[in-house]
Amino acid sequence: MTELRDNPAQPPRIVYCRCAYSRVVPADVKDAVLASLIEAAVDFDAAPDLCEMSARKDPRLKQIASQGPATIAACYPRAVRWLFGAAGVQLDEENVRILNMREESAEAIVREILPAEARA
Amino acid sequence: MKGGLNLPVLRVALYEGSGARPLESAQRLALTQSLLDKGYRVTRVSQGGAPPAAADGNALAVLGRFEQTFPEQAGDSDQPVFFRDVDGMSAEDAVAMVEDLCKQRGLHEPGGWKPWFPVIDYDRCTNCMQCLSFCLFDVYGVSQDGKIQVQNNDNCKTDCPACSRVCPEVAILFPKYRHGPIHGGEVSSDDIRRESMKVDISALLGGDIYQALRDRSAKAKSRFSKERDEDRALKERKRCLTKLQQDLDIPAEVFASLPSLDEIQEKAKLARERAVVANGAANGSGGQG
Repeated sequence: MTELRDNPAQPPRIVYCRCAYSRVVPADVKDAVLASLIEAAVDFDAAPDLCEMSARKDPRLKQIASQGPATIAACYPRAVRWLFGAAGVQLDEENVRILNMREESAEAIVREILPAEARA
Repeated sequence: MKGGLNLPVLRVALYEGSGARPLESAQRLALTQSLLDKGYRVTRVSQGGAPPAAADGNALAVLGRFEQTFPEQAGDSDQPVFFRDVDGMSAEDAVAMVEDLCKQRGLHEPGGWKPWFPVIDYDRCTNCMQCLSFCLFDVYGVSQDGKIQVQNNDNCKTDCPACSRVCPEVAILFPKYRHGPIHGGEVSSDDIRRESMKVDISALLGGDIYQALRDRSAKAKSRFSKERDEDRALKERKRCLTKLQQDLDIPAEVFASLPSLDEIQEKAKLARERAVVANGAANGSGGQG
């Protein structure tokens, strides 16, 4: 997991990738993470598939990268970083934390993504 | 582009902010899951928030259990925004409503294309152009400053990671691939050692792949003329292709869609010329990728 610079003034935007067109992210992990986000009183952006957004060079990727700190729950950080790169968007590694749902447990992801008071 | 990727997208806001009552927990989860699995982007707006603005030429559907009037959007937008009340509606019905909206408004209807294409890790890429020379489907191209880039990602053959296997620097990712480091996992020293031993597809077939194909074609022709044994030649070609398929984990469908030998030779020639020109441009600008 990549580190995120502390910025107490602005909570990180939460971005969740469903990886909807593939089975490489374990279903139990991505379901449990989504369920926790849904239960918590937090705003978040959920993408069906970051790869597809990258393929279409979706302007939303630029917004995600430019609107302050963000936490992205998706897959391998190297893949996510270069998917943004392929869309012409450079992620600020100090401001963006990438959590890997292919490798980490749902509990670990939720612990990282949600503030303690928001966890069920 | 495949799957109507150039059409405007409908983004869905699941709205529980001012002027709307919270959704039931089960409905919120089922609706979000169903929309995502159908390929729709979902933004959740919880209590106290305002609906986001539509932006970037895309449309926005705001779903919620609204009070008497629809809430004000955050910011100004000329893009279409559709408010829909989903009070008491099942997830299936709500998703069907969103799908109808896309059809009626000529918006991108998600699905239809598994986003499978190479992603270049420019921290590792040395601009060697092996991928450009190797890919027969024109996925790769060269920028004006001579840098390798993915230019036609929807030409890529689904589930085929072959170009990543010929990359000597482990610089080509397929994020949906099953195994590392092609899936984007960190590259280990073992991976680098393996790369240095390998593939260079040349090693696999005892020379340049296109030369190997030409040689086999010549041998086959020779056999045809001497023996007229088409079955034997066909078996030989199948054996060669099966080995290549297994070694590079290439789906059988990709082999079925290979260009003719003449086209392959022409593509290889053009790719080599482009690589030479590109490397000249990159070296001239000092821009090794």
